[in-house]
Order: sequence, then C-alpha cells, then structure tokens
Amino acid sequence: MHIPDGFIDIPTSVAFAGLATVGVGAALKGAKTQLDEKSAPLAGLTAVFIFAVQMLNFPVAAGTSGHLLGGALAAVLVGPWAATLSLTVVLLMQGFLFADGGLTAIGLNVFNMGIVGVWFGYLIFILAKKILPKQKSSIALAAAIGGALSVPAAAIGFTIQYAIGATATFSLSSVLAAMVGTHILIGIGEAIITGLTVSAVLASRSDLVYGWKKVDSELEIRRG
Amino acid sequence: MDGKKSIVNWRFAVVKNKNFLAAGFLISLFLAGVISFYASSSPDGLEKVAEDIGFLESAKDHTNADGVLADYGVKGIDNERASVGLAGVIGVIGTAVVGGVLFRFISRKPKKQ
Repeated sequence: MHIPDGFIDIPTSVAFAGLATVGVGAALKGAKTQLDEKSAPLAGLTAVFIFAVQMLNFPVAAGTSGHLLGGALAAVLVGPWAATLSLTVVLLMQGFLFADGGLTAIGLNVFNMGIVGVWFGYLIFILAKKILPKQKSSIALAAAIGGALSVPAAAIGFTIQYAIGATATFSLSSVLAAMVGTHILIGIGEAIITGLTVSAVLASRSDLVYGWKKVDSELEIRRG
Repeated sequence: MDGKKSIVNWRFAVVKNKNFLAAGFLISLFLAGVISFYASSSPDGLEKVAEDIGFLESAKDHTNADGVLADYGVKGIDNERASVGLAGVIGVIGTAVVGGVLFRFISRKPKKQ
C-alpha cells in the first residue's frame, strides 16, 4: 500500500501533501485536547507496534502479500486524532529511513493510510458498536470490522489519486477492481490482527482503550 | 448496572502503566527483530496490482534506495536474519523516540500562572 515515487504525478502528489498537512494539523489540535499524561505514552506505543507489525507481510493470494495498515486499530486504542499522528510518524520513519514509500508520495500515503484508513475505520467501528450488543467483547469485534473495511477504503483512496494523476494510462475501472479485490483479502488479515490486539489490550488494560472508554463515559452521563 | 460497570472497568487496570508499556515495547521489538524474518516477501497488494495491470514500470527508485536501512536491511550485514532483525530493532527504537517526543509534547498541559 506504500506508493513509490513515480506512480502519481508531482502536481497531484503536492495537492495531496497539502491535504495531508491540513489533516495532520487538525489531528495535532484534536490530539492536544484529548491526550493526557496517561494516554500519551499509549499513543507512542501504538505507533511503535504498528511499525513492527507492518513489517510482517502475510500471504493473501498467489504471489501477493499484505500487511496491517493499523488505522482502525490505532483509532480504537487511542482515538482518531492521535491515530492519524501515530500513522504519520510510522509513514515518515518508513519513507525516510527504510526507503518504503516514495518521498514525493508521502502526502499520498499519509492521506490513504493516516487519514482515510483511520477515519473510515473509526466510523465503521462506531457504527458496528451501535449495532452490536453493548458489551466488552463487542468492542474487539467492532474494531475488527472497522479494520476489515478500512483497507479497501484506503485502496479506493489510491484509486482516486490514480484517477487524478496517474503517470500511466491504464483503465481506471480495472485499477479500481484489482485494488479493491486484493485489499478486501488483505482486510481479512487486518481484521484478525486488529481484533486480537484490541482483545489483548482490553484484557489487560481496558481503561486505556479509547473506543471502550467512550462507552463507559456515555453510560456515566446517562446515569448522572 | 451502569454504576458498577465503571468500577469493574477501573478494577481491570490490573497491569501497571509502566509494565504495560514495557510489555508492548518488548512485543514490538520481538515482532520487528525476530518474526520479521519470516514475513512474506511476495509483492504487496498495490505492487501486485501495478504489476498485473502494467503500471509498475512507472515507479522510480527511492531517493534513499542505497540508504543504510533501505528495504528493511542494514547495509553491510550479509546475514539476512541479522540484517532485517537489526533494521526492525532500529525502526522500533526510532519510532519510540520520535513518537514519544511528539506525544509528550502534545500532551503537555500549559502551566497555570
């Protein structure tokens, strides 16, 4: 999912770098109001964990692999604002240190994984949480569903960028179909990793899980 | 029920903050330092799609393609297991430093005058 230099032309890359900058700027503001001394280290740990797990490509089909994107996972653990920042840190490390994701494509990648993946994944998580029974085990399941759908959403993000500024001239519908089809498969792996990780954190420190705390505080408000 | 829930939730904080963070960090080190060697080396979803459809050739070499840590390997270390493992460890520590500084800065509350 990390776009290299050259796939998307420079004007489009610059435009998305602008969008990504606005998004990250908003995330800095949002995270500032939300993070406290207790949750800030968890946001850092989330970035570390996502960096590590993104190294673990798993096979999805003949000759194809995928890895965790982590947008929904991060949003459920530390909230969507801090999640966008966590993913941005990971993508900057990967682009600058590990030559993973082109330097001119950093804005494109932050947009797809740090903004679309995070916020779409979080939106689906919220919707799933509303539908599922109001209990703790639903949180991990809702996170997994958010994770599953966040991957094809990020793939659609790439397809939009391809539609606007591809340097090649292949049919858009075939790119869309191939990107979504492949990333639905990768989304299954994303769902499993997201669900297991959220379950593990809920089992040890449920008080640190942003997506669970919100249920709790809503209940408290109703009680008051 | 609602009142009890928040008490139960609070009681679930059985693992101390420091221990929780240390465990998460060690798990990340283990995954990036050891398990990463066993990761699939097949092209990822985007690369495969680009290859199948035909726009893979439009990719340019990365600016840092010859960098010390390019493609998750440490330049000069020939042993694949050691090379990817060390790159992973460096990445985990680097992300912890950058992320730690950023989030500490963000969560800093202005001093009351």
